[in-house]
Amino acid sequence: MAADIWTALFIAILAAFTGYEIIGRVPVLLHTPLMSGSNFIHGIVLVGAIVALGIATTPLEQAIGFVAVVMGAMNVTGGYVVTERILAMFDRSKKKGGPP
Amino acid sequence: MIAWIGTVIDAVYVVAVIAFILGLKAMSSPETARRGIAYAGAAMFAAVVATFFSPGITNFALIALGVIVGGGIGWYWARVVKMTAMPQMVAVFNGMGGGAAAAIAAVELLSSLSNVANAGLSLAGAVIGSISIAGSVIAFLKLQGWMRQRPIVYPARQPINLSVLAIGVGFGIYAVFRVDTVYLLPFFVLLLTYGVLLTLPIGGADMPVVISLFNALTGIAVALDGFALVNGPLGDAGYAMVIAGVLVGAAGSLLTLLMARAMNRSIANVVFGAYGATEETGVTMVGTMKPIEADDAAVLMAYANQVVIAPGYGMAVAQAQQKVKELADLLESKGVAVKFAIHPVAGRMPGHMNVLLAEAGINYDKLFDRDEINPEFATTDVVLVIGANDVVNPAAHRAGSPLQGMPILDVENAKNVIVIKRGQGKGFAGIENDLFYKENCRMLYGDAQQVVGKLVQALKKS
Repeated sequence: MAADIWTALFIAILAAFTGYEIIGRVPVLLHTPLMSGSNFIHGIVLVGAIVALGIATTPLEQAIGFVAVVMGAMNVTGGYVVTERILAMFDRSKKKGGPP
Repeated sequence: MIAWIGTVIDAVYVVAVIAFILGLKAMSSPETARRGIAYAGAAMFAAVVATFFSPGITNFALIALGVIVGGGIGWYWARVVKMTAMPQMVAVFNGMGGGAAAAIAAVELLSSLSNVANAGLSLAGAVIGSISIAGSVIAFLKLQGWMRQRPIVYPARQPINLSVLAIGVGFGIYAVFRVDTVYLLPFFVLLLTYGVLLTLPIGGADMPVVISLFNALTGIAVALDGFALVNGPLGDAGYAMVIAGVLVGAAGSLLTLLMARAMNRSIANVVFGAYGATEETGVTMVGTMKPIEADDAAVLMAYANQVVIAPGYGMAVAQAQQKVKELADLLESKGVAVKFAIHPVAGRMPGHMNVLLAEAGINYDKLFDRDEINPEFATTDVVLVIGANDVVNPAAHRAGSPLQGMPILDVENAKNVIVIKRGQGKGFAGIENDLFYKENCRMLYGDAQQVVGKLVQALKKS
C-alpha cells in the first residue's frame, strides 16, 4: 500500500479531532448555519471532480466526470448561498433596531 | 516551470484548509459567523481555480462547462428559494455533494480497478456517496411535500434492506476481484436503491437527525475519495479533500448526535426505527380538550406579565412567522415581556425555528434554548404553542409512553397554555398529547397564520 495513504490517515485523524473541538459548543441558534456551512465545505468535492474529469480519457469516464463536476459545483454554490442568506439574517450590524 | 506551479498550487491548498478550519470555528458565534463563511468561500474559490490550472489537467472545456452549469443552477436555486424551503434545500445541495463523491469514485474505479488499495477506498466512497445522494433526494421529496412525510413501511423491511446493501457491496468487491468493470453497474444501482429504502421509513419529524446525518456521510464519502486520490497524479488535491471531508464528517456526526440526544433516542433508532409508523392505542385521556376564541386568548395575553411563544413545524407550514413577529411587537408595546422557547428538534432541520424567526426580524436575544427557558415556565402567565406537539407533550414524563424520556419544553408548568393547532389530530409521533387535556390548557383551532392574524387584530382593538 502506498505511503501516501498512511500519511492521509494521520491527517484524517487530526482533522477528526479538530472537527469535534471546533463545534463542541455551538448554540442551537447556529445549528442551521453550521450544518449548511459544513455542507458548503464538503463542496471541496468539486476539486476532486475536476481532477477526475481532468484526467479522464474514455468517453464514459468523461461523461461521469462531467456529472461529478456539475453536482460538485451545485454543492459549492448552493451551499454557500444558503449559508450566506441565513447568516445575513442573524447579522445585527445590518438591523436598524427594533420598532418602538 | 512545472515545479514552480506545483508549489503555488500546494500553498493554495494549505491556505484553503486553514481557512476552512477558521471559517468553521467562526461559525460557533453569531458575531463572527458571517466572516467565517466568507473565509471559507474565498478558500474554496482559490482551491478550485488552482486545481483547474494544475499540470496534467485536460478536458478544460468540459470542466468549465460543468462548473458554469452546476454552479449557475446551484446559485440561482439557492437565491430564489423561500426561507421556509431551507430544510429541503440543504438536503438537495448535500445530496449533490454525495452524488459527486459517488461519481468521482466511479471514474476512479473505471480507470484503476486493478489497484486494490485505491479500488477499495473508491468502493467505500461510492457506497457512502450513493446512499447520501439517494437518501437526500428522498428527504427532499418528503420535505417538499411531493412524497408523504409519514414513514413508508413494508413487510420484512430490515432483511430486504440489508440484503440489497450486502448484494450491492458484494458486486463491488467482485468487480475488484475479477478486475471487470461490468459488475460496477449493479453495484451502483443497488447502492442507490439502498439509499432510497433506508430513507423511506423515516418520518418528517426525524428529519433534523437525518439531514444532519447525510451531511456527515457526504463529508466521509468526500474524504474517502480524497484517500483514493492521494497517490494519483494530482495527489495534493486528495489531501485537501481528506481534511475538509473529515472535518465535516466529524462536525456533522456530533451535530447528528446532539439532535438524536435531544429526542432521547439513538441514531440507529431514528434511522431504522420507522418511528411514528404506528399510532399509540389503549391510552385513555382524562378530561377534555377545551377550546378558546381568539379574542379571549388575546385578552389573556395582553394582561400577562410574560408570554412565552413555543413554535413548531406548524408555524413553518403555515408560514406564520411574520404574523408571530407582529404579535410579539404588539404585546411588547403593551408592556408584556415576550420570549421564544426553542426545542432543538422543533421543525425539520437543526435550528429550523431560529432561522424562521430570524427571517421575520425577531432578535435572537429573545430566543431561548430548552434548558434556559424550562425553569421560567412556572413564572410565566401565558405560553402560546404554535404548531408544536411532541416537543411539548408531557407524555414524555409518563412511564410506558413512546416519548418517555424525551426532554421537552415543560410548558404545562405555566399558568395558562394556549395551543394553536389545525385540528384535533395527534402529533407526528401518533401519540396523544397529555398537555391538551390539562386544566390550564386551551385549544385555539385553525391555520397558524390566520389564527395569529386574528390575535393581532384582537390586540389592536383592545
